[in-house]
Amino acid sequence: MINYVYQLVRPGIISIKYEDVHLEDEVIVKPTYMAICHADQRYYFGKRDFNKMSSKLPMALIHECVGEVVHDPTGTYPTGQKVVMIPNIPPKEPNDTIYENYAKGSGFRSSGYDGFMREFVNLPVDRVVPYKSTKDSHMAITEFVSVAVHAVKRFTEMAHNIRNSIGIWGDGSLAYALACIIKNAFPKIKLSVIGKDAYKLSQFTFADNTFFAGELPKDFNVDHAFECAGGEGSYYAIDDIIRYINPQGSVMLLGVSENKVGINTRDILEKGLTFVGCSRSGRVDFENAVKHMEDETFAKRINRIIYEDSPVNTIDDIHRVFRSDLNTPFKTVFKWNL
Amino acid sequence: MIFGAIVAGGVGNRMNLSGLPKQFLPLGESKKPIIIHTLEKFLMCDKFDYIYLGVHKDWTQYAEELIEKYGLKNEKIVITPGGADRNSTIFNIISAIEKRGEVRDGDIIVTHDAVRPFLTLRMINENIEAAKNCGACDTVIPAVDTIVESKDGKLITAVPNRKYLYQGQTPQSFDIKKLKKLYLDLSEEEKSQMTDACGVFVARNEPVELVMGDTFNIKITTVSDYKIAEAILGGMPE
Repeated sequence: MINYVYQLVRPGIISIKYEDVHLEDEVIVKPTYMAICHADQRYYFGKRDFNKMSSKLPMALIHECVGEVVHDPTGTYPTGQKVVMIPNIPPKEPNDTIYENYAKGSGFRSSGYDGFMREFVNLPVDRVVPYKSTKDSHMAITEFVSVAVHAVKRFTEMAHNIRNSIGIWGDGSLAYALACIIKNAFPKIKLSVIGKDAYKLSQFTFADNTFFAGELPKDFNVDHAFECAGGEGSYYAIDDIIRYINPQGSVMLLGVSENKVGINTRDILEKGLTFVGCSRSGRVDFENAVKHMEDETFAKRINRIIYEDSPVNTIDDIHRVFRSDLNTPFKTVFKWNL
Repeated sequence: MIFGAIVAGGVGNRMNLSGLPKQFLPLGESKKPIIIHTLEKFLMCDKFDYIYLGVHKDWTQYAEELIEKYGLKNEKIVITPGGADRNSTIFNIISAIEKRGEVRDGDIIVTHDAVRPFLTLRMINENIEAAKNCGACDTVIPAVDTIVESKDGKLITAVPNRKYLYQGQTPQSFDIKKLKKLYLDLSEEEKSQMTDACGVFVARNEPVELVMGDTFNIKITTVSDYKIAEAILGGMPE
């Protein structure tokens, strides 16, 4: 079957690649809803290093996507089954110790491989996770939520058992999803969110405290911390965390920074801190994310950060959603009609 | 009910590439026959109750074997002999549909050239909706070149305003009962001049809705088209 793949060829320029897709081995999914990630934005607007861009483009963007199974030669899913698609491409050799999203030889759709902006997506059967929810626009951000699920899993595995308080540095979408999951997983933990934007911070109604960065009380402290600032904010967030975290705390790093970040190693050593990098997610995280997304309380909370743009019916509409995403505070989702 | 009708009635081969009719030529990395690519796209649409393939009577068995070979054998797929031209193949398919059961008001047929494998699911879905709403629809793209009319092939008789002109593609989709009623109302002369099923509606002042096609939804009928199709898919045979 001939498939249409909507590739970014240069920043701001989308072109169609036509590819011959085999129906014999893989599940074929018709994408229905997609969500835009900061990483997509960095490619679309050319905000990544030129050499990095050149090595990855042309490439279809978007790695947050749900769809419906239209063909499954493995017989696992019926036609019409709603699924979340997993962008991670695990290495051929399974590894019980290293997670699939960090393993050598793994890949990622929309970073070096075509993402989900296609007419149909062909995937190995273990790269789709079924769901029942009827709210596809809401389910579109499941991949995003799975990243937060993964970070919380790593925290659970690595942080010491004194877990009375957690601080999240950052007030964006990832910080919000993470806060929702932490509140679901550890309802008794005192959760503080440290951000810069009053509107964004006001959405964290379920957190125990919210603070503006730079206005933290002198006696403020947390047992563990999650850094979700990213970009230029990473430096200030990490510096703050080192200052306010209690000894031997774990610091989960989730924010992406294009530039190298200076870190106060002296105090890290003095406090015996553990820094853990968290990026992307694997199948188990997706399965758990689907459970969260189908939980009513979680769903209501996470819906606050979803803005549904008009459907994409043409290539011009693809440009429109990337531009309008710049003006929305949290996550932009859209129906995919191409 | 909604019926797909893939029109592949011809045996002509203007390509001189092989003895195969053009719809059976291999295309793309998979080397699947063009008609298989087209059929696979139709199979991705779960709205079809049946998908008919109108194939020349000498090639029906060949088509059946191809479907089996590519693992597409499916109770939804019905092969029926084509006719002398496009319209007669469509009406052969309609006759075959009628033989299997009564055609009811609102039943839709989505007709498509087998040699247009670059169609999309969007086009199919929009055809179905437009045919339900309007009774008939045609897939088109806006004319890019200026079209000139010449009745004698020597001198221009008209230069129609390009903004009102479109190039017709397929799918073309119809309310089956309406199409049949209008077609039977045509004189034999009108029928012989009718190369396009949408023309049946236009000839009787019945509305035909436009569905947007795609520049790459090309019809593979010549060697050049075939090479272009291969090039679009990233290959380029000598």
